[in-house]
Amino acid sequence: MANIRTMSFDAVIVGGGGSGMRAALQLAQSGYKTAVITKVFPTRSHTVSAQGGITCAIASDDPNDQWQWHMYDTIKGSDYIGDQEAIEYMCQTGPEAIFELEHMGLPFSRTEEGRIYQRPFGGQSKDFGNGGQAARTCAAADRTGHALLHTLYQGNLKNETTFLNEWYAVDIVKNEDNAVVGVVAINIESGETVYVKSKATVFATGGAGRIYASTTNAHICTGDGVGMALRAGFPVQDIEMWQFHPTGIHGAGTLVTEGCRGEGGYLINKDGERFMERYAPNAKDLAGRDVVARSMVLEILEGRGCGENGDHVYLKLDHLGEETLNAKLPGILELSRTFAHADPVKEPIPVVPTCHYMMGGIPTNVDGQALTIDKDGNDQVIQGFYACGEAACVSVHGANRLGGNSLLDLVVFGRASGMFIEKQLREGINLKDARESDIEAAMVSLNRINNSAGGEKASVLRAELQTIMQNYFGVFRRGDFMKEGIEKLNALRPRIENVALEDKSNAFNTARIEALELQNLFATAEATAIAAEGRTESRGAHAREDFQERDDENWLCHSVYFPETKTLGKRGVNFNLKTREAFEPKVRTY
Amino acid sequence: MLNVSIYRYNPEVDSEPYMQDFKVDTQGKDVMVLDVLEKLKAEDPTLTFRRSCREGVCGSDGVNISGKNGLACITPLSEAVKGNKLVIRPLPGLPVIRDLVIDMSQFYAQYEKIQPYMINNTPAPAIERLQSPEERAKLDGLYECILCACCSTACPSFWWNPDKFIGPSGLLQAYRFLADSRDTATEERLANLDDPFSVFRCHGIMNCVQVCPKGLNPTKAIGHIRSMLIRSAT
Amino acid sequence: MVTSVTSFGRSGLSDWMIQRISAWIMTAYVAFMVCYFVGNPELTYAQWAELNSSLAMRMFSLVTILSIAAHAWIGMWCVLTDYVTLRLVGPKATAIRIFFQLGMIAITLLYVVWAIDILWGI
Repeated sequence: MANIRTMSFDAVIVGGGGSGMRAALQLAQSGYKTAVITKVFPTRSHTVSAQGGITCAIASDDPNDQWQWHMYDTIKGSDYIGDQEAIEYMCQTGPEAIFELEHMGLPFSRTEEGRIYQRPFGGQSKDFGNGGQAARTCAAADRTGHALLHTLYQGNLKNETTFLNEWYAVDIVKNEDNAVVGVVAINIESGETVYVKSKATVFATGGAGRIYASTTNAHICTGDGVGMALRAGFPVQDIEMWQFHPTGIHGAGTLVTEGCRGEGGYLINKDGERFMERYAPNAKDLAGRDVVARSMVLEILEGRGCGENGDHVYLKLDHLGEETLNAKLPGILELSRTFAHADPVKEPIPVVPTCHYMMGGIPTNVDGQALTIDKDGNDQVIQGFYACGEAACVSVHGANRLGGNSLLDLVVFGRASGMFIEKQLREGINLKDARESDIEAAMVSLNRINNSAGGEKASVLRAELQTIMQNYFGVFRRGDFMKEGIEKLNALRPRIENVALEDKSNAFNTARIEALELQNLFATAEATAIAAEGRTESRGAHAREDFQERDDENWLCHSVYFPETKTLGKRGVNFNLKTREAFEPKVRTY
Repeated sequence: MLNVSIYRYNPEVDSEPYMQDFKVDTQGKDVMVLDVLEKLKAEDPTLTFRRSCREGVCGSDGVNISGKNGLACITPLSEAVKGNKLVIRPLPGLPVIRDLVIDMSQFYAQYEKIQPYMINNTPAPAIERLQSPEERAKLDGLYECILCACCSTACPSFWWNPDKFIGPSGLLQAYRFLADSRDTATEERLANLDDPFSVFRCHGIMNCVQVCPKGLNPTKAIGHIRSMLIRSAT
Repeated sequence: MVTSVTSFGRSGLSDWMIQRISAWIMTAYVAFMVCYFVGNPELTYAQWAELNSSLAMRMFSLVTILSIAAHAWIGMWCVLTDYVTLRLVGPKATAIRIFFQLGMIAITLLYVVWAIDILWGI
């Protein structure tokens, strides 16, 4: 059965979004034979939807800005379970990575001095929280992700990276030493299944926002990397931490950038009250996203929501004036007019907290090496396996990501992974070849889908899954509810494993891809549910009604979900800063 | 009930393409064309189309909607339905792989031909290369292209010579780099465009402008390229 | 850059310039003629012959004839390379196109020679 073609590369990157293409660029520049497997043409990846910008202390808006202040904000934002070593690396290396992008042609907006334009975003401060609001998010209007993704694709074209466009990675191939030696992938156009062999396999597969019914994420964000890692028996970290973005357009789910509030927009309830002044007297609408999202839900629950059903609030922008809106937020005007039928120049946009970002993922070190935890609780590097971007949990976002930090994360750690793999390839990577049986093992789930007889439609099962996650694992969580949700997921599991695939054709069979994606959605959802139920405290984006306080004694740590036993373990947070003493956990107020 | 007619072709089953009729209950809502496609795919999983961001920024779901190229995800039914009928076909002019999915390799090849990346061989400064807001403003209306191919596949010149004529999308990007104050390869770029096909097959009929879902104006950019060619020749 | 295609000028730009310049010349000629006829409602053969025997008028007519020839050649070459291609017509496309192009050359040359003969034969 494993009689399939093999393609060999020095490095294979799964995922053609920002982090994948940044890693690929690094490797292609060094001359190693690099391929990017991407299920959509690279510029269709979800990075393209990022709007507001990329946060980094390049000292343009404020010449005295310091990366250490950005580091402090990020650690505080993470509610202290972000790894401080990784955050230090990201904030310190960031400017270099941003300037590289600019040299590659990224069309950043500019200041009068000709430098990169920076706007204020939530959770940003000067002087370790003592100097007021900072403006640290580098922007290309409100299309920064688009500009970034296209620039990276262009850079890869220049350096002649091999792209396997519209190929779908199905599962990880492990050798007898449990090292990763490539993936099995399908060429979507022809339907051919291929073993893509590699000395280094990088997962840059992005998030899984589609586990929720209401999400800002693209249809393609189905957690394929997390799903594959879990099926291969590798753990995931902090997977209960899901960011709900305060401003998704009500009904449509499309994102309205935090940059709107950065430029001076604010949220109002049905009485026209700027309610964030009550919840976060200092930062107001620019408090951490978790804080703003919870405040909005409370407003709605307490009957001050807007609209006929009182199920959303308004984002007011009209006071900024048409000229500013056209110059700074042109994409938002377009989106709001299209999806909310509201013209922000004249009227507020109806918004509601919407699933946006997966803070958790495949645990890695700063070099992008994927980790597992051995019996004694020590980190073990998984040979041949790397991850970066949203799929990874390095962890710079901890329990709550700051706006603008995801683009920085993917650029910095895509680059870091690429550089580290380059070094390893130079020194020589020797992994045993996969045996026939190893490749067969990676084809089990594909074969099951291909041989399906009967079963229910993927679309029906997916909708059910999304509803369960939305209802039981949303902004506010409660133990007994979550237990009920887990039971519902248990009931759903066999039905999803048995999903119908009536169409067995080869040419561009998207039904097959959706059936495979559904497996990954489920795996991610299940891990989320078990981890969320297991973390008995409230921290960052994880807000429990039955455990309302942060519990540093027991939970100042990462959660680690082990798929084989479906149990939750703990992993220490890294407090080892190289340049100064660690930031000790403090009460988090804005 | 809305009447929807969709172009179907599965190379493994059908000897030739055909139009299939569906009835869809939209409950009178002015949903997007993509919502209709998603609804139909839930019923008939063999229906094949590309989609990703569903908000008009990734460029996956360019299709021909009741005769006009556009993105399914940001085209509301109120703009697309004529006489209670919605007709969806693949973008014209490129080979069909299956149903609404076309083979875009020729489109991408033209994009690659214009060297769509910054060329500046002067040593990079330690910070960013400076660019005034006025210089940066020249890139507005150019860099926003999402490579959806709605324009190029609406262009007869591209239909006839997809291998030789760059097409509106590629030319818009060519001008994006010509217009960038940070790029130093202007002469080289212009030399590569100065043949009778690459630029000059544009006869200015402006189909591209009419269909661009991002409201961009490739014809204007092509005009600028022409002016630059004239200036560099004299 | 697309290479190995025969065209009238050296480049796309020169073709394009020739099209524009020749179009202006033809327009000017037509405009002149219209004005001339309007200004001389009772035109006699003698007047007409006199006009056309002046060197300036002969040169103007000749330049216009050459403009028509160039304009037609470039235009027809465009049309042929749009529609008579490997993609649309199949393997015989090149042969058919060369046949038409040779025909175009023959006809154009004939017209130009004939026009010169008329202009200088008055």
